[in-house]
Parts: sequence; C-alpha cells; structure tokens
Amino acid sequence: MQLYEYTAHELRSLLRSGEVSAAETAEALLDRIAGTDPQLNAYITVLGDAALEQAGEADSLLKAGDGGALCGVPVGIKDNICIRGVRTTCASRMLENFSPPYDANVIELLRAQGSVFLGKCNMDEFAMGSSTETSYFGPVRNPHDLSRVPGGSSGGSAAAVAAGSAVVAIGSDTGGSIRQPASLCGVVGMKPTYGMVSRYGLVAFASSLDQIGPLARSVRDCAMVLDAIVKGDSRDTTSIMDAQDGFEARLETDMKGKRVGLPREYFAQGVDEEVRDAVLEAAKTFESMGAVCEECSLPLAEYALVAYYLVSSAEASSNLARYDGVRYGYRAHGAKDHEEMFVRSRSEGFGREVKRRIMLGAYVLSAGYYDAYYKKAQQVRTLIMRDYAALFNKYDFLLTPASPTTAWKEGARIDDPLRMYAADMCTVPVNIAGLPALVLPCGRGEGGLPIGMQIIGPARSDALVLGAGYAYEQAAGGGALRPVEVGGGQG
Amino acid sequence: MKYETVIGMEIHVELSTETKMFCGCANAFGAGENTLCCPVCAGLPGTLPVINAAAVDYCIMAGLATNCEITRHSLMDRKNYHYPDLTKGFQTSQLYYPLCRNGYVDIETGTGVKRIGIREIHMEEDAGKLVHPDGQSCSRVDYNRAGVPLIEIVTQPDMRSAEEGRVFLETLRNILLCIGISDCKMQEGSLRCDVNISVRPEGSEELGTRTETKNLNSFRSAGRAIEYEAARQVDVIEGGGRVVQQTLRYDDATGTTSALRSKEDSHDYRYFPEPDLMPIVVDEDWIARIRERLPELPETKRIRYERELGIPGRDARMLSSSRRLSAIFETAMAAGAAPRAAANWLIGDLMRMLKDRLLDTEEIGFSGEDLAALIALIDKGTISSTAGRQVLEGMLDTGKPPSKLVEELGLTQISDADALREIVKQIVRDNPKPAADYRAGKKKAMAFFTGQAMKRTKGKANPVLLQELFAKELKK
Repeated sequence: MQLYEYTAHELRSLLRSGEVSAAETAEALLDRIAGTDPQLNAYITVLGDAALEQAGEADSLLKAGDGGALCGVPVGIKDNICIRGVRTTCASRMLENFSPPYDANVIELLRAQGSVFLGKCNMDEFAMGSSTETSYFGPVRNPHDLSRVPGGSSGGSAAAVAAGSAVVAIGSDTGGSIRQPASLCGVVGMKPTYGMVSRYGLVAFASSLDQIGPLARSVRDCAMVLDAIVKGDSRDTTSIMDAQDGFEARLETDMKGKRVGLPREYFAQGVDEEVRDAVLEAAKTFESMGAVCEECSLPLAEYALVAYYLVSSAEASSNLARYDGVRYGYRAHGAKDHEEMFVRSRSEGFGREVKRRIMLGAYVLSAGYYDAYYKKAQQVRTLIMRDYAALFNKYDFLLTPASPTTAWKEGARIDDPLRMYAADMCTVPVNIAGLPALVLPCGRGEGGLPIGMQIIGPARSDALVLGAGYAYEQAAGGGALRPVEVGGGQG
Repeated sequence: MKYETVIGMEIHVELSTETKMFCGCANAFGAGENTLCCPVCAGLPGTLPVINAAAVDYCIMAGLATNCEITRHSLMDRKNYHYPDLTKGFQTSQLYYPLCRNGYVDIETGTGVKRIGIREIHMEEDAGKLVHPDGQSCSRVDYNRAGVPLIEIVTQPDMRSAEEGRVFLETLRNILLCIGISDCKMQEGSLRCDVNISVRPEGSEELGTRTETKNLNSFRSAGRAIEYEAARQVDVIEGGGRVVQQTLRYDDATGTTSALRSKEDSHDYRYFPEPDLMPIVVDEDWIARIRERLPELPETKRIRYERELGIPGRDARMLSSSRRLSAIFETAMAAGAAPRAAANWLIGDLMRMLKDRLLDTEEIGFSGEDLAALIALIDKGTISSTAGRQVLEGMLDTGKPPSKLVEELGLTQISDADALREIVKQIVRDNPKPAADYRAGKKKAMAFFTGQAMKRTKGKANPVLLQELFAKELKK
C-alpha cells in the first residue's frame, strides 16, 4: 500500500512505531498532490518546503515521544482559514495576495499536535457555493468522475481527502460546506455543534452559522481531529468554553436500544430515489444492531432553506464589507476618489455569486425590509430549533440523506442559483439550529457515484453522533476508506 | 410672533479605559500613526471582537450617574456603512437594546433648576482618522483611534435656550469627570456634541422640523451655534419658507452653519444584531458593584457643602460642580483650612484669575495642601490678605508652594511698629491737606494714608498696625 493511502489513525501507529517517518509521509503526499492536482485543482497553494520542514520537526517530536495524535499527519487546510505568512485567498481575487500575520485558533492547535500543513484547499469563493465552481482559481473536479463537481464549498478539502492528496482536511460548514462535498466525494465529514471549534482566524461568511470541522476517510480520524481542535477560546465569544473532549476515546459501537428518527421531510420531493433507498438501507443496518428506527416529522424544515439564505446573506453582506481596497486585498487603480475606489475594487475583486449574496443581504437588512425578512428568518430559526429539540426528546439521533442527489455535471447548475441552493436542503437546517452532524458514505448510485447519509444529534452531542457513525462504519465493514484512482472509481 | 427653541443633544464621549473596546490595544491619544493597532481593530479577515468589560462598567457608571435604568439584557448591533476610516465596513454600536435608558440630569440656570431627560446611553466604537498631508494628492488613514470605546448620550428635546444647552453640557461633563470615565476634552475630540435644533411658535405643542448641527468644539461654540441656528430657522419661517431637515456644520470662525447633507441622502445603516458577540447580561450584583464604585456625585456634594459646611448655595454649586475644585477644597479642609476661608479663596479670587488666564478648573496645578498653607500664613499674620492674592497667582502660574513664593516675592508682612513709624511720620508730613481733612473729621482720609504706606512698603505693611500708627500720629 502506498503511504498516501493510509488513514490518520493508521499513520499514527506507523509513525509512532517508527516504521515510517513524517518526512517520507509528507513527501508521499506532496507527490500525490503533484500527480493528481493538475486534474483535480484541489489546492490553491501547496506548501512544499514548509510542509517538509514541519515534517522534520514532527519527526523530532516523534523520536522524543512527544507530539499529539496528529503528529506528522499531513493535513489540507481550506483556504479561508488563516495560516501566518501563507496567503489566504478565500478563492477570491479580492484576497489573491492577502497573507495574514496570525494563525487561526485551529492552526495553533494543529501546530501544537505537530501536524504537517500540505497546503490551502480550493473552495467556492468566500465559501459561497455548493459545487466549488465559483472559485477565482478555477473549479475543483470530483475524483470519482472528473466531469462532475465535488460539491462545495469545501470541495477542495473533500476532493483531496477522497483522492489521497490529503490524509485529513479542515473545512468550514455554514450551510453544509463540509458535509455536502463529503457526501459527493464519498468521504466522512463532520460539522460540530456551533461553538465547539473556535472561529478565530476563519474568514467569516455568516458568523452565526460558520463552523470549522474535519473531513477524513474514517470516523475515527474525524474524532482524532476533533480531539485536537475542540478547545474553548477566549478570542471567540461564541466558543463553548467547557466542551468535553476525548471524542476518539468515547467512540462506541453499541446501538442497542438507540432510538433513531427519520424525518420524512428529508426523504420527500427533490430527493433522488437512489439516495433515499441507500439511506433507508443504512437505517436497516442500524436496526440490525438493535436500534429502533422510526419515521418522524420536522414540519418547518421546508422553511429552513429560505431562512438560511436570508440570514447567511445578511451576515455575509456585513462581513464582506471590510474588503474595500483600503488596507489589504484587491484595489482598483486610477480611481478619482475613495468612493470610486470602493465601488471598482469591490466590483472587480468579487465574483458573481459573492456579489449576488451581498446584494441579497443588503436588501433584506434595508430599512422597511428588516422586519419582513431578517427578523422573520431569525424567528423561523427559533421555531426550527424548537422542532429539533422536541424530536430529540424522542430520539437519540436523526438519520437523513446528506445531499438530495449524487454529484452533478460541472456547469449543470451554475447559471441556476435556485437549483444550486436546493443542493443544501438536507444540510442547512442543521446550521440553522447549531447542531452537530456527521456525514459518511452509505452506498453508491448510478455511475458508481457516492451517496452519503447524515447523522444529526442534539447540541453538544458530538461524541454521540461520532459514535453512531463509527458503529455504522464497523457494521458496514469499513473504517478506512481508500483513496480513489482519480477519474477511475475506487482504487 | 414669538418663537420657542427646542434643543436635544447627542453627545459622544470617549471612555478612558486602558484598552480598546474589542481588543487589547492601548487606548491612548497622540501616539505615532498606526502604532496602536492589531489584527482585531484593523479588521483583518478572520478576527473576532471580545468586548472590554471595563467599557461596559464605564457605560453603566454613566447610566447610574444620570439616573438611567440599566438594560438587563443588552445587545451590540452592527451599523453598516463604508468609509476609509472604518476598518470592518461597519461600526459596532447599539440600536435595539441600548445599555442605559430613561434617565435625567438636573441643571441650574439663571431661571432656576430644570430637569433634562436622557433618552438613552449606548456603547459604540470609534473609527480611525483621515490625515490629509499638505501638498499631496492622497489621504492617509491613522487607525489608532479605531475601536476606542465610546458612549453616546442622547437627551430628550428638553432644552429651550442656548444657555440651557451650554449649562447642560457643563453639568454633564462635570458628572462624567467626577465619575472618571473620560477626560471630556472637546478640543481633542474626547467629548463631541451634535445639537438637534428646531423652533416653534411659543405655546405650540407640535415640534418643528429639526436640523442637526455638528462640529462644535467648545461649550461656547455650542451656545453660539444654538443661537445662530435658532435665529436662522426663525428667519426662514418668517420669510415664508420651510425649514429643511438636514445636517449642518458649524463654523466657529464665522459663527455660522452650512449644509453638510440633507435627509434625502441620509444613509440606510442596515442595523442588525452583532452575531460575533454574545448578549450583555447585567445582573443585580453587577449593578451593585458599580454603584459601590461610584464616587460622590456633584449634586450630593453640593447638598453636603451647603448643609454640613455652611457654604452658601451658589458657592457650594460651583465648588461641587468641578471635580478639580472640589478635590482642592476637600484636601485643604483636611489640611486644616476653615471651610468658609477655603471656599472664599477658590470661588472669589481664583475664579477671576482663571478667567483672566482663560484656564479651566481642570488646569489648576496647585494642591489643597498648598491652599491650606496659604490660608495659615494669612491667619498667622505672616502675610497680608493683599499679599495672599499675589501668592495665589504665583501658585497658579508656577505651582510653587506658598512659603517659597512668600520668600521669593519678599512678602513677609512688616509688623514692626518701629520700622513703620518713620514712614508714617513722613507721609503725614508730606501730605498736610489730607491730614488737615482727617483732623477736621473726614475719617475717610485714613484710606489715603494707609494706601500711601502700602505703596511704599510694596504691600508688606500690617494694615491693622498701620491704622493704629496713623491715628496716633494724626492726633499730634
């Protein structure tokens, strides 16, 4: 087996026993990137020498018996997470040359582990998109079928993990941006409870929804990453200060007596039959382990998508207001006054989708519309939270599809924003309610394309959600997905 | 027709916290351009704000000192607009749930005591500053001030004259100085005042169309701007026109206002609750803690001075209204000065000296101990009251202690009868006419003689002794 094919927990054993070095692992991954990225375009920036240097340090740590569980494990970082001195573009022309003078909180924590940063992963511009086609640096392709999208917005992270050009990756999830691409690329992706992972250093899209999380080729790997990055951070006042870690240690397999809800709205119109069947098949697996599965209802789910696009666009319109060409980022030259400089810098620096969301957001916040749109959307949000809370009185967790369809052809939806937005219907309600959710593969559809299921738990039940995913993975005979041969099915 | 002026104010006050509102940068004035900045206040992508608890404390202090209700569950909001001095493209402020509401401040003018309502006090952050270098076609931005904590105090439209406006500002400033949350320097911009003015026919209940006047850099210019703008509005109405709702800029040099922008091009700030900050929850304990920290407020002081120390009402108000003055007064008493004597020196002579020098009470450099020492020198007869005035001037101008000034200026009083007798004899001899007048019963002539003696002794002669000596000499 090639070095790039191992999961993080397998590598941990190999690295600790000294069977392989962090340096050769990093080299193997960099080679894999060199071999696959011309086709995938999963990385915006590859950190060749810096990664090898980090790997050298990791080897010293390993030799001394120090370092965390992720010591020497090569990681891909979504390009909206700041690494000091490394350009952080958010896949936008606006930040093409922006290099932050500080590390994000997750980066500090991963550094403390001794992880190796392979590079910055491609994404939809400012994380706005569901296909990674809105990147200023070109679209990412799905390793399972290069003519198809990888999902988005963490499409680069998902494609890299699926193809083995990263062992694990860090993504961000505002409305499904980790889970939906994980589903479309056939990997495991987790959005933790809102507040579990500090947002400090994550370039904001929608502050009340954004959450950082892992993408990996096993549930255990996700738990390992969470163990590293879940830590209260006083620099993010929305951060949960007393979160319990030990996610890997708490992975359980006993599903006996667990009550599993299947909200019918998630299986309704718009969800492909092959997806529905695969998830219902997964429910049977849970039943075979002793869980009790039952249909239930989340009646307000249909409003979640609308509420999401109102709230996220409103917050985005404000969060992206700082990109005015004055202090950093793209500046249009030759303007005759500062106002023209603002207008031209923003018009030329942002792509179409970003401008669409800024306009939508500015509109819903404007005088006379605030109550009708923004305020109402926030009220809907409260109601959806209540709906979920009621369901969690009856069920330990919910099981749903992660995406209504498998990966679609590149270009098929890019000019149809409403169809594009509908791709998030399964994932968005979770962000609206701030809940933890795990996506993992549960079958294959037409053309061998991966299908993902989603496990949703109550707030702060991240360990339980991971446990359920782990139990399924074990029952399905998995636990270590192998990278796909790019463009040619499972390797 | 007679018109009534209706005035409301919005006052921005920079809080003198150690650090900025949302980051650990120092909150200081006058540092080198862009030296007090960090990724957070520079608004770099990915950074997040953390609210400075001291700023919240200060705002609550301002609220309690102006009799406001404290909002128990308060939120920060984003006020969205673009300007180069704004690092995030929005200002973090409060619109929906300001921290303090429904308070008041009592002011005293020539016509008596009046209550001015405080609608709200909310917290917000300051922006940076544009710098326009001479002879260059560019502008620079200094972000040292970006993120400095501010409170905005919004009054009810309760003031009716320029005098009330000016006195309100003074009273408010004295309260804020007393509780120590700001240095309140209008010239440096740490206290900025926008005045909303409208006029209406006397007796009318309906409010007229208002204008907002900005750029007032002293209490005096606030008063002048109110007078000018109210008269201008009356002229517009009398001339058959209509007052237009607009923002005006006051020009202190010409004493006039000019249009800055009209209502039509006013911004839509698209306020919404700041999602990066948690609600500010203020419980009873918090309020109690702040209440304990509050110093004695000017109004409480005034009552104490009047009732316990027997200081006359007007003097008590003056002494208590200024933090510096009352501090000097109280330390002087602690150092042994009699309250009335200390009050008289501070209110009478010192006030006149400050006025001559265009100084503010905050700028008094000497201490209460110095004042007590001065009073003791007079009481002991070491110097005369006249010389005492000279010493006080010296204290104000040089900050030197009174004993040193007495020495330097050679003011020690001549209480030696032998030394004075020769001078007295000579004056009587040189002025036969006034002497004859005195002997003829014109006792007023005594003032002439003592005056002459003071002149010759440069004010050092003991006046009581002089009178005795002259009376004896003139009897001869």
